[in-house]
Amino acid sequence: MSEPNHQYHIHIQPKNGWFDIDLKELWRYRDLIWLFTKKNFILVYKQTILGPAWIVLQPLMTTLIYTLVFGGIAGIPTDGVPQLLFYMGGTAVWGFFAACLNKTASTFTGNAGVFGKVYFPRLVMPISTVLSSAVNFGVQLAMFLVFWIYYVATGQVTPNYAGILLLPLVMGYLGLLALGCGVIISSLTTKYRDLAMLVGFGVQLWMYITPVVYPLSTLGDGMLRTVIMMNPVTCAVETFRWMFLGAGDVNALSWIVSTGVMAVIVAVGVMVFSKVEKTFMDTV
Amino acid sequence: MSGENAIEIRGLKKQYRLGQIGGGTLTADLQSWWARVRHQEDPNSKIGTDQRRIGQAFMALNGIDLTVKKGEALGIIGSNGAGKSTLLKILSRITAPTEGTVDIYGRITSMLEVGTGFSPEMTGRENIYMNGAILGMSRAEIDEKMEEIIEFSEVREFIDTPVKRYSSGMYVKLAFSVAAHLDSEIMIMDEVLAVGDVNFQQKCLKKMREAATIEGKTVLYVSHNMNTIRQLCNRCIVLNSGKLVFCGETEKAIEIYENNSVLEKRSEYDLTRLSRITGLTNVARMERLRIACSDVGMNQQLKFELQCMCDSPIQNTMLRFVLFDKRGNTLGATYSNMWDLVSGHSAREFALDCSVLAPGEYYADIILISYDGGIQIRHDIAIKAFAFSVREDNILYNMEWNRHGWGCIRLPSLRTEG
Repeated sequence: MSEPNHQYHIHIQPKNGWFDIDLKELWRYRDLIWLFTKKNFILVYKQTILGPAWIVLQPLMTTLIYTLVFGGIAGIPTDGVPQLLFYMGGTAVWGFFAACLNKTASTFTGNAGVFGKVYFPRLVMPISTVLSSAVNFGVQLAMFLVFWIYYVATGQVTPNYAGILLLPLVMGYLGLLALGCGVIISSLTTKYRDLAMLVGFGVQLWMYITPVVYPLSTLGDGMLRTVIMMNPVTCAVETFRWMFLGAGDVNALSWIVSTGVMAVIVAVGVMVFSKVEKTFMDTV
Repeated sequence: MSGENAIEIRGLKKQYRLGQIGGGTLTADLQSWWARVRHQEDPNSKIGTDQRRIGQAFMALNGIDLTVKKGEALGIIGSNGAGKSTLLKILSRITAPTEGTVDIYGRITSMLEVGTGFSPEMTGRENIYMNGAILGMSRAEIDEKMEEIIEFSEVREFIDTPVKRYSSGMYVKLAFSVAAHLDSEIMIMDEVLAVGDVNFQQKCLKKMREAATIEGKTVLYVSHNMNTIRQLCNRCIVLNSGKLVFCGETEKAIEIYENNSVLEKRSEYDLTRLSRITGLTNVARMERLRIACSDVGMNQQLKFELQCMCDSPIQNTMLRFVLFDKRGNTLGATYSNMWDLVSGHSAREFALDCSVLAPGEYYADIILISYDGGIQIRHDIAIKAFAFSVREDNILYNMEWNRHGWGCIRLPSLRTEG
């Protein structure tokens, strides 16, 4: 009986408001967010021979294949940047977004067992998913930096050093965007499993409307470029390349629009999520 | 603090839709919707399902009003489907009610299942952190209680081993220990004590009782095990079909709950409707039982008539009579004298001296057996064949029979010697 009564007063009622997310409560569960993040990171590589090396191996192989297929066979230009770095940067950034989206999209269906037995703020799950993807990204970034330092030292790339300071902002933006999309999808998959199917290949297709395997500059100034610029992931990938590789299209307008889109998606996501989280156990 | 309320429930209702909830896929839902618009039959409904029932409401909880005081250990009993689990799910915020409100004053922990969130790859210690955090503890709080938790769980030797190597008992002990050491003011438990060995169960009950009496925690406990309810709870509610049928003293609640499921007293029982076990001779069957008076006076005899159907005559048959109290405890058994069963339908009357039975309700199993050359052959068994009661008509020295303390048997009177 250490706390007075009113400190923890929970009021349960049938319907929730549209923006009923208790951030204070979420903060109280910060230890849980951290534990889930750690668990997500550790458990994936338990009982594997190579362990966390997989984090590096996967994008490395992807980069090599891209370099071979898109750079070598298709001969897509890379804005004068060494192909390896170009693809590796793109893959790391895109990989972070795709992993966040894929995993947060199954928040409700994948955790129904835990959610059905105990209460904690449901947002803990998608947030820790994004954080553990960020850890993965950190490891991949380290690998990228190893190659990058070599290329910088040999004078093959001229980075915008000051821009690199903005990296946390760019990744934060991407994380929020993925969280917003993932949360919307996971809220809707509680009833319609179709969306789970859609996410699987939808994310793959999304990569092709994002300048991951090609630079934005190859698109000219036509409609196609405008369409690709509408994709809110585009500006993040381009900005990343601009920061580290000195080649890329950082467009203020595109950032403003994209940030707006992201804000709307996150707001809608949180709204839908808070609607669904109270009753999803009855339909999932 | 004793007068304060921990939980206030007002007009709580939870509705589930019968039939399919959505098609599960978007296309199926659209098809159903389109069919409804055109007043056609839903292509997704199962063939033969009654259309009126689809979309019909099922009230899992139908208007519950309840106030739980601080420091109270409240038992929740009711048969399956009475709404116990739904109530706990709403209280622990796993699902929201359809109508009504709940106010909870204090931190709440629910143990609807032990070991939720345990991951087999992680060690016991890691899982304590994990499970504790899921249940709402901070890392600092867990650190503080770590020793106590490990001590209580009795698995100290294995605490740094992945829990996938644990026996199921160890797993449960560890999980319960975490939950039992939470710093919350309100604890909700759904039959979690059904696991673990007897000693550990007792230990858990003791811990819970202490939590309620000494630490002033509020405990809500659901169980089908009336003994644990008796040990833990000082108040009890009975749920039936989503409604609160009783709220009050534990013994009384258990009585009400058990009466729900006990056999009714009737003057005639159709024994053919009872389910039978296999492996019997199947030559003779008990078909019907008539009781002239199923409410027997204290020193009177219970008289009943049994009708049997027999395919071929059986010699030396007898009836075994096993008596139970209404809680299902076996009280004793007796045999009839032998008779010869003729083929075809036959009836026989029996009488039992009830003078040793204390007032109360009883039921009996009857078993038809025969002796053939010293070997006992069972012909038919009727479990819970009939019920009767003994009336309290002559109160001994003005004392009412205290069933709870004295049991069901009136022993022969104690004579003074010399």
